[in-house]
Parts: sequence; structure tokens; C-alpha cells
Amino acid sequence: MKRIFVTIKRVVDYNVRVRVKPDGTGVVTDGVKMSINPFDEIALEEALRIREKGLADEVVVATIGPADCQQQLRTALAMGADRALHVQTDATVEPLAAAKLFLKLVEKEQPMLAILGKQAIDDDASQTGQMLAALWGRPQATFASKVELDGDKARVTREVDAGLETLEVDLPAVITTDLRLNEPRYVKLPDIMKAKKKPLETLDVASLGVDVTERVKLVKFEPPAQRQKGVMVKDVQELVDALRTRGLV
Amino acid sequence: MSHKILIIAEHDGQKLNLSTAKCVTCARAIPDAEVSIAVFAADGAAVAAQAAALAGVHQVLRIDDASHAQLLAARIAPQVVALATDYQYLLGPSTTFGKDLMPRIAALLDAPQLSDVMAVESATRFRRPMYAGNAIVSVEIPAGSKLVATVRTASFEAAAGGGTATVSSVAPTAALPDHTRFVSLSAAKSDRPDLQTAARVVSGGRALASADNFKILYALADKLGAAVGASRAAVDAGYAANDMQVGQTGKIIAPELYLAFGISGAIQHLTGIKDARTIVAVNKDAEAPIFEVADIGLVGDLFQIVPELEKQLAGG
Ligand SMILES: Cc1cc2nc3c(=O)[nH]c(=O)nc-3n(C[C@H](O)[C@H](O)[C@H](O)COP(=O)(O)OP(=O)(O)OC[C@H]3O[C@@H](n4cnc5c(N)ncnc54)[C@H](O)[C@@H]3O)c2cc1C
Ligand SMILES: Nc1ncnc2c1ncn2[C@@H]1O[C@H](COP(=O)(O)O)[C@@H](O)[C@H]1O
Repeated sequence: MKRIFVTIKRVVDYNVRVRVKPDGTGVVTDGVKMSINPFDEIALEEALRIREKGLADEVVVATIGPADCQQQLRTALAMGADRALHVQTDATVEPLAAAKLFLKLVEKEQPMLAILGKQAIDDDASQTGQMLAALWGRPQATFASKVELDGDKARVTREVDAGLETLEVDLPAVITTDLRLNEPRYVKLPDIMKAKKKPLETLDVASLGVDVTERVKLVKFEPPAQRQKGVMVKDVQELVDALRTRGLV
Repeated sequence: MSHKILIIAEHDGQKLNLSTAKCVTCARAIPDAEVSIAVFAADGAAVAAQAAALAGVHQVLRIDDASHAQLLAARIAPQVVALATDYQYLLGPSTTFGKDLMPRIAALLDAPQLSDVMAVESATRFRRPMYAGNAIVSVEIPAGSKLVATVRTASFEAAAGGGTATVSSVAPTAALPDHTRFVSLSAAKSDRPDLQTAARVVSGGRALASADNFKILYALADKLGAAVGASRAAVDAGYAANDMQVGQTGKIIAPELYLAFGISGAIQHLTGIKDARTIVAVNKDAEAPIFEVADIGLVGDLFQIVPELEKQLAGG
């Protein structure tokens, strides 16, 4: 069975203006809209397209987090994933611990590809995919904007600072997605109903034998420094004058 | 006791990237820092010499191998791990190079990683942004533990020159995986300054409406000696190349002057520019959020304003 493994993280929706709690212990999440991390939606979309082309048989999605994460897994199943795995925990799971848990799942599922988002928009770490690849001893192709499968290899175009880089990797491999890889499909209502019948397996951290103790303590959250409100000018002449006064041109 | 730090150099084979000099500044903020730089290259002579000339660098390790013509994370990470026994901190820049490589090193070392370090508060305490920069978090690592980190280059000045570090050659590790192969790099050739380090940046958004229209920004940029950037919307629409994207998922920049034309000011874009010294915004919508962060704002049609601005700057 040719399988693709996709990770799905539940995060504060990207449209929410995140605010730091007044006591500095974290950010406000009460009553805040939660969604699938945008990069993970792209990861799932890519996996579905590969399956729809007949190049894979099954798409398995996995998440690590509290009970509520099942909402995002159900959404992923409605988008078209075949099965879901939920490693349930209320602990804060750091990227390295997440990678170790995903490794356990990958060892069991033996996928030909693991596709992760390039970063989770909550911790903005951009680590988990590379760490999974390292622990698995397999290739990594990060920040992908194009994926072409060719037998037991993949050609991946990556968005790098200098432009676009293409790598060839042997499968199985880890890919992390950038924004321009694809545009994820919308979920249709009948699919939401169908998704309720798809298998969703719950696992616990202890049974996977991974130590998820936090190593990095998040001591204090603060809002970013605010920029001073500036001046409005009325035309180009005034703009040029303002730039000259400040010695900027 | 000194804290031994190893920085993985970013370079293009000839020239050390400025991001490495910024990592040096971050490293030296760690108390009792002893800073070394590792240069992986096909022929690292030139790059190692530039690294050795950075002020405050103690030692440069030069690891030459023909296969280092491209720095593939899968091949470099095990070699860094082989060097890492002597070092407590392993740093790389928070560029696509460092973001790709450093987590692979951290996992092999079973060490935690801090991404985008923006300030050093002590040998165990650092600050980094989360939630697209909406939260700045002080983080604490256990004393004495190995740490891998990427450095948010916009937060640090480049280290000065005048250093006289020793350069020593280290043999590459023999058995490296070959499951990952470089095929090609397509980089837009440009005579303009590099977006990530330019003192001035002219940037355009969706409002430009075509790749052709972006030419008016190039003309203005050339007058100013500026680099050209773009919003995600402009890149997605194909008006600008992907390496021009500024923001949370593009480049984080800190120029002296940032000029934004037809960019609304979405939080993901602002994350990339909030360290700019002066932000100028031109937008036809007086309510656009970009004006909340702009030092100088002008409400109007960019298609009239850009050419006129270019003309007036030429005149003076
Ligand atoms: C996970 C994620 C990551 C993202 N990362 C990034 C990122 O790194 N960088 C980034 O930029 N975005 C990013 N985005 C996208 C971001 O949310 C916005 O959609 C994007 O920045 C909008 O681009 P824009 O300002 O060009 O377009 P719009 O929001 O459409 O704004 C166009 C502006 O042009 C003005 N305008 C129109 N015509 C004229 C005219 N003739 N003269 C003057 N003004 C005019 C309009 O008033 C409007 O304000 C990300 C989004 C997500 C979900
Ligand atoms: N707790 C988690 N549950 C599911 N996926 C995760 C989790 N943590 C990380 N990931 C995946 O790893 C990617 C990168 O996350 P990060 O390294 O935290 O930026 C995300 O886009 C997800 O695909």
C-alpha cells in the first residue's frame, strides 16, 4: 500500500489578531477561532492530489494535542483524507518531541512520503519536518512549491532566499510545504457527513514511549513594541520634503 | 568558564553572507562567548578568510569537500554533529539556509532548538517572536544543556571587521547519505542590492496589477539604489518573483527606509518590516492598516505618485 502521511496542527486561525494575556502567561485563546494550520491544509491538498493521480493509495492524517484537535482531524477527513490518528495530550509538545512522536507513527505506517507544513503559525518554529527527517534518517525537501513523483524518487522545487532550488530525493522522504504549492479545496457539506464514518484512532503519548517533557520554558509573553503613529502628507512634494528633512534621500 | 559557540557559515562559495556576521553579534551577546565559525565549501579559502576577519571570532574551521558546492542539510548536519562535542551552542541564521539545516542538527543531537532568536538576556535566557510577531516570548533553557538556535538577522547588526581568527582545516566526514541530490538553482540575476540587507527597499502589492506595472517600482528603486520587495498577493499573482516576498513567511527585513506601494498592511506582511527604521506607505485607501505603522503616509493613486516621486527625486 502506497501511503502518504500528513500532519495537521490545530492553531489559532490566521485571521485572528492574537493578543497576549495581561498576566504574560500566554496568548488569549478563549473563544478564539481555531483552524488547521494553513501550511498543513496545503500539505493535505498535495497528498490528496497525488492520490487522485493514482500515485498513492491512502492518505493518513495525524495530530498531537488535546481532545479538541479532533475537529481539525474531522475537517481533514472531510477534505478527503482516508484515516486519522490522534495522539492525545494536554501537554505543550515541542517540535522535537512532536518529531519523535511522528517518527513512531511513521515507523508503523511506513509511508512513501511524509508531508508537513513548513511552519506552525503559533510557535513559528519551522523545525518539526526537518527533525522528523533527521530521526527517520531520510531526505528532507523543505519549503516546497512543486512536487513531482517519479517512481521511487521525487523532484521537489523549494522556495529559497536566492530563488527556486530543485532537489531530487529518494523515497521515502519528508516534504514541508510553502504557500505556493497549491490552493487547498473547500470542504463540501456531504463530505462532512461522510467524514463522520471514517476511522479516527486515538493514541496516548505513554503508549508510544516518547518523553515529551518540556525543555524550553516559556517564561513570559509580552506584546511587541508598538511603532509610533507617523504623519500624513498630502502630496509628493510634501513626501519628498519629509524624506529630505529626515536625511533619508 | 567560557561558552563555546559554533556558527555555521552561510555563503555562496565565494562570499560570506552578511547573515553570518549578524550571527556573530548574537553569539557575542552570550556571556563569556568563545565564537567559532564552520565553513563548509568546495574550496573554502576565500570564505574562511572573510569569516576570520570578523571581529570577535576566535577560530574558523574549514571543511572542504567537492560535494560542499551545494550545502545539503542531509549531508552537512551529520558533519556538524561530529564537530559539536566541543560546543555548547550551535547557531545559524534564520534564513532558508539556516531554517533548513539547524533543526536537522538539533534532532541528531537530541537538543532543543530556539528559532528566530531576537535578543540574548543571559546564557540561558533568550527572546523570540511567536504568533507572527504578535507575542515576544522570553524563553529559558536548562543551564549547561546544548542548544541549537537560528538567529533573526533583522535583530542584530553585522559584526565589524578587523578580526584575526585562526583558520584550521578539518577533514569531511566520510560516510554521508546520498539520498538527496541537488538538481538546479534558478536565481534571478539582478544588479540591485540584496533585499535582505539593502538599506532601502521599494515594495509593491496586489495593486500593481501586473508584472509589467512593477517596472515603475524598479525605476524608482534604481533611482534610490534600493532593493525591490513585494507582498504575498503580488507574488502569488505572478507580478513578482517568490524571493521578493516580504513578511512572516517571506523575508524579514530591517532597512533604513521601506516604501510600500499598494500594500494593505496585513499582519503577516507587517511582521516582515516592523524593524524598518522609517516606513513610508502609499495607498489609495485612507483606512488601510499599513498607515497604522507608517512613519510617513500618503493617500493616493500609486500609478500617479510613483512616477512623480521618481521625477522629483531626480530633480533634487
Ligand atoms: C499563513 C499565511 C502567511 C502569509 N505570509 C505572508 C507574507 O509573508 N507576506 C505577505 O505580504 N503576506 C502574507 N500573507 C498574506 C496576507 O495575509 C495578505 O493577504 C497579503 O499581504 C495582502 O497583500 P497586498 O497588501 O498586496 O494585497 P491587498 O490586501 O489586496 O491590498 C492591496 C492594497 O492596495 C491598495 N490599492 C489598490 N489600488 C491602488 C492604487 N492604484 N494606488 C494605491 N493603492 C492602491 C488597496 O487600497 C489595498 O490596501 C500570508 C497569509 C497567510 C494565511
Ligand atoms: N502538535 C502537532 N500536531 C500536528 N502537527 C504538528 C504538530 N507540531 C508540529 N506539527 C507539524 O509540523 C509543522 C511544523 O511545525 P513547527 O515546527 O512547530 O513550526 C506543522 O506545520 C505541522 O504540520
